[in-house]
Amino acid sequence: MNQEDFQSGGDRFPPTRRSVIEAVRSIDVEERERALEALCAAYWKPVYKYVRWRWNRPADDAQDLTQGFFAELLERELLERFDLKKSRLRTYLRVCVDSFVSNEDKAGRRQKRGGKVLHVALDFAAAEEELGATVMDPALIPSPESLEEFFEKEWVRSLFALAVEDLRELCVARERERTFHLFEVYDLEGNEKISYQQLSKEYGISVTDVTNALAWARREFRRIALERLRELCGNEDEFQREARAAFGWDAK
Amino acid sequence: MKFLSDQALERLRDGAERPDLAGTRYHLLERLARGGMGVVYAAEDGKLQRRVALKVLDVPGTDGDLANRLIREARVLAALEHPGIVPVHDVGTLADGRVFYTMKFVEGNRLDKYIESVASFPDRLRIFLRICDAVAFAHARGVLHRDLKPANIMVGPFGEVLVMDWGLAKILRGGVSSGAREADPEATVFEKPNQTNIAGDATEVSVVTGHGTVMGTPGYMSPEQARGDVEHLDARSDIYALGALLRFLLTGQAEIASVPGGRRLDKSLAAICAKSTAAAPAERYPSVQEMALDVSRYLDGLAVGAHRESALEKAGRFYRRYRFFILLIAAYLVMRVAILLFMHR
Repeated sequence: MNQEDFQSGGDRFPPTRRSVIEAVRSIDVEERERALEALCAAYWKPVYKYVRWRWNRPADDAQDLTQGFFAELLERELLERFDLKKSRLRTYLRVCVDSFVSNEDKAGRRQKRGGKVLHVALDFAAAEEELGATVMDPALIPSPESLEEFFEKEWVRSLFALAVEDLRELCVARERERTFHLFEVYDLEGNEKISYQQLSKEYGISVTDVTNALAWARREFRRIALERLRELCGNEDEFQREARAAFGWDAK
Repeated sequence: MKFLSDQALERLRDGAERPDLAGTRYHLLERLARGGMGVVYAAEDGKLQRRVALKVLDVPGTDGDLANRLIREARVLAALEHPGIVPVHDVGTLADGRVFYTMKFVEGNRLDKYIESVASFPDRLRIFLRICDAVAFAHARGVLHRDLKPANIMVGPFGEVLVMDWGLAKILRGGVSSGAREADPEATVFEKPNQTNIAGDATEVSVVTGHGTVMGTPGYMSPEQARGDVEHLDARSDIYALGALLRFLLTGQAEIASVPGGRRLDKSLAAICAKSTAAAPAERYPSVQEMALDVSRYLDGLAVGAHRESALEKAGRFYRRYRFFILLIAAYLVMRVAILLFMHR
C-alpha cells in the first residue's frame, strides 16, 4: 500500500489555504492584505477582550488600541519578525499586544487608527456583549498562565464562531438551511431537553435524516474550523499543536 | 456572528471529535480511550459482524508526523503476527481525512487492574513470561516497542496476554516489512546488541523522536531513552522496561520503593529486576530470551544467572525445591529412629 492509498477523495478534504505567515511575507500586496484580513478576522475579538481584561481599559480605549495594534502589525511588519521556532503565532501576537499597549502608554498616545488598513468590520458592541456574557472571576489575579488561558479560550471562541458562520453560508449555498437550523438548535443552543425524535417531529423528517444532517454539519464544521486553523499556522507542526489546543484533545 | 457560549464550545468539540465513518464498513459503538495520538473506539464491522477496536487520529491529513506514526504502527502490527500481539485488520483514511486502523477488540483488563486478582508470585511470573515471548518475537523481527508498561498490556478472559500500543515502536534495520519502515520518515536505525547487522550497511540514521521531545513513560523508560539518546537505543532499552514491569508485577511499583516497609522481594527476583534495570545498557541482559530464561529458572527452583548465591542460600533453595522429598526422608528417618528406640526399650 502506498501513501497515495491513504489520500481521501478530493471532494472530501479540500486543499488547504495558504498560511497567513507565508502570505504576509509575499511580495504581492493583495495577498498580503488578504492574509492580514484573515488574521484580523480571527484575532480581533481575542485582542479586544484581552486588552479590556488584562489591561483593564474602558471600551473606547480598547477599541482604539485594538485597531491601532492591527495597523501597527502591518506598518511595522511585525509578522515578518515572527519566528515559528521560538513560539506559536498565538503567543507571539499576545506578547506583541502587551508590548504595543505598554508602549502606547509610555508615549501617552491614543489615536484612532486602523480605518485605512483594516477591511474587516469590527463589531465592538457585539464583542462587549460577549465579554459581559463570559464567566470570569473578578478576584482572579492575572497570572501569565491565566492570561495565556484567557487569550487561548477567546481565540478558540473566535475561530469556532467564524467556522460556524462559514458553515451557515455553506448551508445556504447548498440549500441546506434546515441542516444548519438543526445544528444550531441541537449543538449550538444545546437545549438538553430536545431529542432527535422531537426534532424529527418538529421538522417533519425521519430520525435518520436528523442524525445524518447533524453528522454532516459536524463533519463540515470540523473541516472548516481545521481549514481556517491551518491558514493561521505557520507549519504542520504548529497546526497539529494548535488543533489539539483548539479542540481540547490534550485535556480529554 | 453568533456568540458561542462555553457550553457550545464544548458541544462543538465533542461533535468534532467523533470520527466520520460514512462509506466504511464500520459503525461507531462507544469511545474506549484516548491516547497520545487520538482516540480508540469500539466499532461494529458491518460486513463481518464483529466488534473491532478502531484507533483514529484527531487531526486529518496523511502527511503529518502523527499520520505517519499511525500508519507505521498499523504496518508494524501487521508484520508481527504473534498470539501475544494484538492483530490489525484494516488501515485507511476516513471521509473526514483522518487516518485510522482497526484491530482486534480485546476484552479483558489492563495488566495493572488484572494483577489485583492474581495473588501468587508464580502466576504473575507466568504472565510476565508471556509478555517476554511477545517482546522477544518483536525484537527478532527487528522491532522495539519503547513503551512497555502495565497500561499497554491486556489480559483477556482466558488468560491470554496481549502487548498493545505500538505507537512508539521503532524498526531496526532489516526488521519487518519495508512498508512499515517507509511509513516512518524518521526511521531510526538501531544496532542490535551482539548481533550482526542484517542489512550489512550499518549507516545509522538517528533523530530524536518527535522533533526533540522524549517519548515514553517515566519509571519504565530507560535512562538512554529518557535522555533522547535515540541512536544508542536497542533491545536493552525494552529490557529495562521489562525489568520495571517485572518489579511492578511483584511489588506494585515500577521503581525500587523509596520508603521502607514495602513488599520484600526474594533476592533472586530482586537481582533479575536490578540487572534488567541497570543504568548502563551493557550491564543489563543482552536479550529478552536471557531475561526470560532467568525468570523460568527461578520458577523451576534453579539458580538464576543474575544472582550469585551463598552456601546458605543454595541450601535454602535446595530445600524449597525438594521440600517434599526432604520432608518425606526426614519423616522416614524420624520413624526409623523412633522404632529403634522403641525396640531397644
